[in-house]
Amino acid sequence: MSETIDVVVNGEPRAVVRDATLLDLLETLHLDPRTVVVEHNRTIVRRPALAAVRVAPGDAIELVDFVGGG
Amino acid sequence: MTTALEVRKDTPFTIGGRTFRSRLMVGTGKYRDNEAMAQAIAASGADVVTVAVRRVNLDRASEEGILYHLDPARVFLLANTAGCYTAADAVRYARLAREAGFNEFVKLEVIGDEETLLPDVQGLLQAAQTLVHEGFKVLAYTNEDLVTALRLEDAGVAAVMPLASPIGSGLGLINPYSVRLIKRRLQVPVVVDAGVGTASDACLTMEQGVDGILMNTAIAAAQDPSAMAHAMRLAVEAGRAAFLAGRMPRREVAVPSSPLDGMLGDG
Repeated sequence: MSETIDVVVNGEPRAVVRDATLLDLLETLHLDPRTVVVEHNRTIVRRPALAAVRVAPGDAIELVDFVGGG
Repeated sequence: MTTALEVRKDTPFTIGGRTFRSRLMVGTGKYRDNEAMAQAIAASGADVVTVAVRRVNLDRASEEGILYHLDPARVFLLANTAGCYTAADAVRYARLAREAGFNEFVKLEVIGDEETLLPDVQGLLQAAQTLVHEGFKVLAYTNEDLVTALRLEDAGVAAVMPLASPIGSGLGLINPYSVRLIKRRLQVPVVVDAGVGTASDACLTMEQGVDGILMNTAIAAAQDPSAMAHAMRLAVEAGRAAFLAGRMPRREVAVPSSPLDGMLGDG
């Protein structure tokens, strides 16, 4: 049983495994890193760096993509 | 639909160094489903298609996103900053959009009022300056105010997008005089964005000499979006062709079309 920490993903509190990377988080959420843009504490994290950035307690993560709009 | 005559007479429609085939740009919002949207886009003939940046819905992450229905090889994706009320927010959304990796173009909206969705011109200019500095090709949604349009051009935007009337209103081109003035005074392309309701609105707008039109609701909210998209395509082409043809002068009295000579005598 691994220890979890609390972060905020798209405005909602969420528990993730301690030392998880942003890529791990996307996998847990069944998101394809090629179709999602990740913002970590207001800084955009490019795809190649997703596996290198670990989340810390209280981090704010935004996961965005495109939707219909005018 | 384009004729050889039109190809010979018209200039290419180029924004930020990219040339587009169609002068009609379309949005992707408010469709009943993605299939209806894809059909309408195909019927419109548009190659520039706008999308918005939003949080991924984590409860429905496995569903097909809008990009599944928009082939970036066939359409040019133009991300917008719709829903942003400050320059900082708009810049943040634009950066996220660029990170998606399609292009460096952004349709910049900084909204100043919830009821009218009219632009906050101060925030708009500020965001435009920042984004141009960061290498974005900015298409700036603005009102039909000449001075704001000039300031946006000074800021280095790739195109200025004055409204025909408020977003989603369908009221048509309210102020053709200002739109024409903006077109006359600016060097960068002028693309009218928002307010067109039906084909005659699109035609009338193009007759002012503007470079293009962007619309969403007029097509998406029509009873048959694909049929309206087709009508808009024809209207934009007709309006453009009429502008290039040069309309006859207006006169307030009749001028006969048939000769006065050769009428039968009374005797």
